[in-house]
Amino acid sequence: MSRRKRDDGYEHGYRKRRRVVSEQAEIEDRLESLIIRVGDKTSSSLESNLEGLASVLEADLNTYKSKILRILSECPIQMPEKCTIYSTLVGLLNAKNYNFGGEFVEQIVRNLKEALREGQWESARLTVRFISDMVNCHIVSASSLLQLYDSFIDAAMEQGVPQVRRDWYMYALLTALPWVGRELFEKKENDLERIMAAMEGYLRRRNTAHVAALRVWNCDTPHPQEEYLECLWAQVRKLRTDEWQERHIYRPYLAFDSILSEALQHNLPVILPPPHTASTQYPLPWVVFRMFDYTDCPEAGPLLPGTHSVERYLIEEHLHQIITRHHNERKELATQLLAFPQRNKIPLEYMIVEVLFSELFQMPSPRYLEIAYGCTLIELCKLQPGTMPQVLAQATELLYERIDTMNATCFDRFVSWFSYHLSNFQFRWSWDDWQNCLSLEKDHPKAKFVSEVFGKCLRLSYYKRVTEMVPECYSPLLPPKPEPYFKYQIEGGNGFPGAAQVQTLTELLRKKPTPEEVLELVQQLPNPLKDDDGDMEPSHNPLAIEVFVQTLLHLGSKSFTHTFAGLAKYHSVFKNICENEEAQICMLRQVYELWQYHPQFLGVVVDKMLKTQIVECCAVANWIFSRDMAPEFTRSYIWEVLHLTIRKMNKHVVRLEKEVNDARAKLRAAPSDSESSDEDPTREAGEKRRRSNSHKEAAKDGGEQPTEEMVERMDERLEAAQSDQKNLFLIVFQRFIMILSEHVVRCDTDGKDFNTFWYQWTVGRLQQVFMAHHEQVEKYSQTLETLLFTHDLDSNILDTFRQFQALRS
Amino acid sequence: MAVPSTYRDQHFKGSRVEQERLLSQSCTLYVGNLSFFTTEEQIYELFGKCGDVKRIIMGLDKFTRTPCGFCFVEFYLRIDAENAIRFVNGTRLDDRIVRTDWDAGFIEGRQYGRGKTGGQVRDEYRTDFDGGRGGWGKMIQQKVATSAANN
Repeated sequence: MSRRKRDDGYEHGYRKRRRVVSEQAEIEDRLESLIIRVGDKTSSSLESNLEGLASVLEADLNTYKSKILRILSECPIQMPEKCTIYSTLVGLLNAKNYNFGGEFVEQIVRNLKEALREGQWESARLTVRFISDMVNCHIVSASSLLQLYDSFIDAAMEQGVPQVRRDWYMYALLTALPWVGRELFEKKENDLERIMAAMEGYLRRRNTAHVAALRVWNCDTPHPQEEYLECLWAQVRKLRTDEWQERHIYRPYLAFDSILSEALQHNLPVILPPPHTASTQYPLPWVVFRMFDYTDCPEAGPLLPGTHSVERYLIEEHLHQIITRHHNERKELATQLLAFPQRNKIPLEYMIVEVLFSELFQMPSPRYLEIAYGCTLIELCKLQPGTMPQVLAQATELLYERIDTMNATCFDRFVSWFSYHLSNFQFRWSWDDWQNCLSLEKDHPKAKFVSEVFGKCLRLSYYKRVTEMVPECYSPLLPPKPEPYFKYQIEGGNGFPGAAQVQTLTELLRKKPTPEEVLELVQQLPNPLKDDDGDMEPSHNPLAIEVFVQTLLHLGSKSFTHTFAGLAKYHSVFKNICENEEAQICMLRQVYELWQYHPQFLGVVVDKMLKTQIVECCAVANWIFSRDMAPEFTRSYIWEVLHLTIRKMNKHVVRLEKEVNDARAKLRAAPSDSESSDEDPTREAGEKRRRSNSHKEAAKDGGEQPTEEMVERMDERLEAAQSDQKNLFLIVFQRFIMILSEHVVRCDTDGKDFNTFWYQWTVGRLQQVFMAHHEQVEKYSQTLETLLFTHDLDSNILDTFRQFQALRS
Repeated sequence: MAVPSTYRDQHFKGSRVEQERLLSQSCTLYVGNLSFFTTEEQIYELFGKCGDVKRIIMGLDKFTRTPCGFCFVEFYLRIDAENAIRFVNGTRLDDRIVRTDWDAGFIEGRQYGRGKTGGQVRDEYRTDFDGGRGGWGKMIQQKVATSAANN
């Protein structure tokens, strides 16, 4: 068979076209790579690199304009530490090609408007800063920048919008000033002063109620815990007293001053902040975390920049940006942190540790997993074994010293981090230094910290290890041996009611009976709640629950897997005898009785019971606040259980919300044809409708087009879940209020000070519920205010609620 | 990095393509270099820091049915497993550096060691002394036993 000869001319032309297209893509990629890598370590100077790149780009401006515009406007936002490098590059291009400069200004303004519209606040802020820096490079006129600033100030003065919105506009302005302050001072001093005055007025009138909720320590010694905007304001004010001379930022454009000052500037178009809508989400405020001052750092070494120096702000911001870029790669993150550009001018390890802890202790919650910070610190210790471990040890000592005033949420995180860190270093620590905690009462934060750390170390290792890692004197604070407590097997245990049935059931279970056989046996147990007349049917049989739960869990006590297998196999028995909340609380008491010396196991069992719906969230909440559990109230594991319960509820609601939203979106996107046929009453149309509906029913199984009916049912499920969620929060907050108020009243009556450790822990735990679940609690803020957090409440309790509300007001 | 290693289970039943697909969607991790004494509770505590753990299946010696130094950790969400690879892999549990890797999914039978003597293959041939993993490698133990019997 002969091959048909193809048309030579066609193929030749086709190949040529493909070569051209792929060449173009190659050049674009190369340009992109050159632009992205400018300023990175090379053999030649940055200035010559910039000059070279500017020439290369100038030649390609017309062919690859949109690509170049896009990359040049994105790079300073993706790599904010190179902001001044890119503004210089654009400045050089503007000097060579005025039109390009104008188009770039349009591009960057478009980006800013989009970021503001989309609520991408960090991108927007960095864009404002970049635009400000463009004034330094003569791309943008100072007067048009000031117009932009004025519109931001107007936004900050707007009435009837949340403070978090107004704060952001001020913040974006303030963070740009270190870059452009000097230039404005030289050319537009009066306008600059006017802006500073407006800011001062704004800050004076601001509400700072949220600060108390966001501080790590509830006192201001030795370091004031400043609100972020107030701290930045102090730093910028200090910069002003230095006549805006800023020495930290590297400014390549200074070397090109002669070229750039010849360039023609552009004016920014008018940029109006998009109006506030109810659904707009603004960044939450924060408190600046300070644990070190210059006296903590070695005397012979470089000086730690002062709290109110703009250098401190700039360095910290840069360190946070490095964390943002590499947070998923701990080795790279540690390397980049230690390679910080001006590392010889600052006590780098101290600043890294402070910044990492500031993120770990961030309120309401850290932006990344706690373990991410933990393993990064381990990497840092590996890379700098001569200095990092010592700085970290010093930091730990400081945190321990000041733990008396640390909030409960951060306390938990500190315990978690420290025990995790120790588990990677053979649990070696200078425990002798902390012996003062032994003379303090058990609820004192220092004593509690040590005992909770022991508990966590135990979970990561085993009992003998923990007892051997500390000096003898620490034994009062050591946790008990983590074993099940099966009262029927102790001395005289066969005297307990139900002991005989426990024996019978144990023997039965060993023969692997069916759930029905077990239920039969269990139901035969007499009910101590039944009175002789038998007219009131009790809600549950506590003896049956006790015998069944303790026996089954004891048999499965070897491991989680054994227990889970038991819970799964006899799930129906649980559902049968623990139908209502009272029964479930009774059951939880039994679980507690068996696992009281092994809080980890207790938590895992409760978690599994929630997952398999053997127990409801509200039952767990009520059990935690019950009188029986009062002695355990200040133990951290109790709150672990409460928070996992609330989280489960939240996850459930969020999942249902997503399902409903997705279904609604699908419904909107594809208009149903049954709508038109609904109007037509003829039999034919009805037939058509029926067919289309059954078609949709079939499609439902394939997960395709949802019907209106399906969405309605999803809505109902969601409403029910939200009602459960609201109920759960109401229960939790109400019980907190009751237990705290009771305490205050009792202390009043006894003439004692109510501000005991117990009280402080409990208020802290209340605050923790607000903070840990603030997004979900927010939905019910009104209800909480009306029903629970009313004016007549004790002011300390009410304050916690007010502070939470202040987060978003 | 949440990137799978170059290890591929030779006993996997299915095509290479199928294996890759399962690995790329998996929520299950293989965890290796555990001490024989490390418990399910310890593993729960450490891996629980990355998210909700669905279940843990301890690796067992085929004959003695006791832990032989590995396990499978299954999360509900893949992102949690990714984070475990990012943040737990290469750190210590029971003073040993643990290694995590994607697994195509637990199937009954895969919890048993595949070494000749019942444990993991690596414990058959290793030449070091590892107190947490039964001491000397199995081959060396056998050589020692045989020469002792001969003397």
